[in-house]
Amino acid sequence: MNFDFTDDQQAIKSTAREFLASRFKPEKVRQLAESGEYDASLWDEMAELGWPGIFVSEEHGGQGLGVLELVILTEELGYVAAPSPFLSNAAAGLMVQHAGSDAQRERWLPGVASGKARGTVGVVGNDGSGALVPDAELAEFVVLVDGSSAVVVPTSDASVERVDTIDDTRPYSRVSASGGDALERDVAGGLDRVAVALAGEMVGLAQKSLEMAVEYAKDRQQFGRPIGAYQAVSHNCAQMLMEAESARSLTYYAGWAADHEPESLAVAASMAKAYASDAAFRVPARSLQVHGGIGFTWEHDLQFFLKRGKTDAHLYGTAREHRERVAELTGLGAAAPA
Amino acid sequence: MDLTLSPQEEAFRDELREWLGANHPGEEPEGDEAGFEFRKAWQRKLADAGWAGISWPKEYGGRGATLIEQAIFNEEIVRAKAPQVANVLGLVMGGPVVIAHGTEEQKQRYLKPILTAEEIWCQGFSEPESGSDLASLKTKAVKDNGDWVVTGQKVWTTFAHEAKWCMLVARTDFDAPKHKGLTYFLMDMEQDAVQVRPLRQITGESEFNELFIEEARIPDENVVGGVGNGWMVALTTLMHERAGLAFGLQVQLKIALGQVMELAKEHGLDQDPVVRQKIAQLYIESEAIRLNASRGLTQIMKTGIPGPEGSLTKWMWSDTNQALTELAMDIRGPEAPIIDSDWTYRFLRARANSIEGGTTEILKNIVAERVLGLPRLR
Repeated sequence: MNFDFTDDQQAIKSTAREFLASRFKPEKVRQLAESGEYDASLWDEMAELGWPGIFVSEEHGGQGLGVLELVILTEELGYVAAPSPFLSNAAAGLMVQHAGSDAQRERWLPGVASGKARGTVGVVGNDGSGALVPDAELAEFVVLVDGSSAVVVPTSDASVERVDTIDDTRPYSRVSASGGDALERDVAGGLDRVAVALAGEMVGLAQKSLEMAVEYAKDRQQFGRPIGAYQAVSHNCAQMLMEAESARSLTYYAGWAADHEPESLAVAASMAKAYASDAAFRVPARSLQVHGGIGFTWEHDLQFFLKRGKTDAHLYGTAREHRERVAELTGLGAAAPA
Repeated sequence: MDLTLSPQEEAFRDELREWLGANHPGEEPEGDEAGFEFRKAWQRKLADAGWAGISWPKEYGGRGATLIEQAIFNEEIVRAKAPQVANVLGLVMGGPVVIAHGTEEQKQRYLKPILTAEEIWCQGFSEPESGSDLASLKTKAVKDNGDWVVTGQKVWTTFAHEAKWCMLVARTDFDAPKHKGLTYFLMDMEQDAVQVRPLRQITGESEFNELFIEEARIPDENVVGGVGNGWMVALTTLMHERAGLAFGLQVQLKIALGQVMELAKEHGLDQDPVVRQKIAQLYIESEAIRLNASRGLTQIMKTGIPGPEGSLTKWMWSDTNQALTELAMDIRGPEAPIIDSDWTYRFLRARANSIEGGTTEILKNIVAERVLGLPRLR
């Protein structure tokens, strides 16, 4: 047993950390968020590094690595709250790779891997209001999931209507379409992998929010000493660490299960998404509390982490929905129909 | 990353499983004395087969088991619902301390009877005035004709009434700073100067005792790790207490959670959405404990140093176990306080989880100071 990254995985992580620190500096993230735009040249750079296709099979133009390697990237992207279509495009690729036919893979995966014809994924709500889809305006195609079935639709054939959310780092639209090309294989397995990739992003958001709190608590003086010396503050930070680390352990485990123990993936993915969804809001929220008034200002960068964390928590299955699935799969059986 | 067991680790697990399957002694008998004799016999059986003190080096009767094998052992013992061993403190704390800090004579004298449960050990650390601030303890030891003469009071000493040896930390230098003036002794419990009084808990049981020590004598050769080094030696035992424990505890939580699911079915609440959410959350937290502990284990194997991860998992376990027993009470509804099953006991006993072996507040301090590097107020 070895619960740590291999040298190759470690190299992916440090390259990503370094690259993203120089490209998504806080002022850049703020500029992109406030203008509601992505930087196309940054996307081209990521594509040159082979990131969009990291998990896509080599025959379709990817690197043929696993979900765990994808999680390493989404965690690092979350760590800087990068405004980027990376996650939505990866989600579409995972759905097509796991649920699509050979022809569908042939058609859509090369564009996902090269980053030149991106996709995205939305989950159709129970109220028939159309799916809330990230990055839909910029995507060539969208995978719409409705219960246990999914279709792939060219975005040009769908109705796409921009909606405002609290997350300025990522644009959302309502998307509806009739028809579409059904994905006939493992829809649930594809969605599980999407949930794990998103959990990775939430781990990164939580980690950075924790670090911001700790740095501030060491620096900020009140009553003549750093506020981190007070247990009311330091225990809050310890709680953040516990939640961030637990989200990380559950997410890495789920990524590993996706690649090496698929029979454990359903429970592992729902555990990771449920826990990370809570942590992705609670850790930034505690961090805001440690920051006090300054953390509530528009000028402080913590807002991007808190709002993206809360929005991510509700994307691709809420914590409540994933916990219900854990209950079903671990011994309580399916919930009775309401 | 590879979360599967290696072929050697699997072989170790299978051998242990098979042995436990063939040698499980069944249910523990009723009554304190019969129960303790049963635990002694069980430990002897484990020792004879080489399953006691598996982390100890082979030359002292152990197996030299790796950290992963120890984790597997803790999981399998709980999974098999094997009885407790009689000399748990000797195996988990006393032996490792003697191995790490004892003289060769001490190793020859003490280790074997720990393994076989011939000599039971207890721990004399906490005092009425010194709980979390252990280093402030006041029990004093004074040199007299080559012996040490000890006077003071200890509390929360499990197994004191059965014990032959007490791991005693006493103050030998009142002028030194509080962490520097302590010495670690092995005190013979079989002397009139040591009085044991059971301490009744909120459960009605007496798992713990108070020790009243009035001029007890300890020969100089029973100092472990040198005079004045008691704090450092005691810390080793606390590390040993926390490290690896999480693996057994998370299996225990999973077993208990299975029982909570059954309870929910019996009470017609297995379809209740609130109950389902709570059960799922407890399951996820149990898994988080297992996975955090596994990541910690990988780090220890890389760096050789047990980190503060043990503090994190112990804190998480106490939160989770308390929430689990509270949920069981909730499911039982108006019947909950009736003593007709072990849920009332488990509910009450769980209140100690966040105090014993380091309070949650102290564990949070450790995480804040040693992991996050936040300043200390003290």
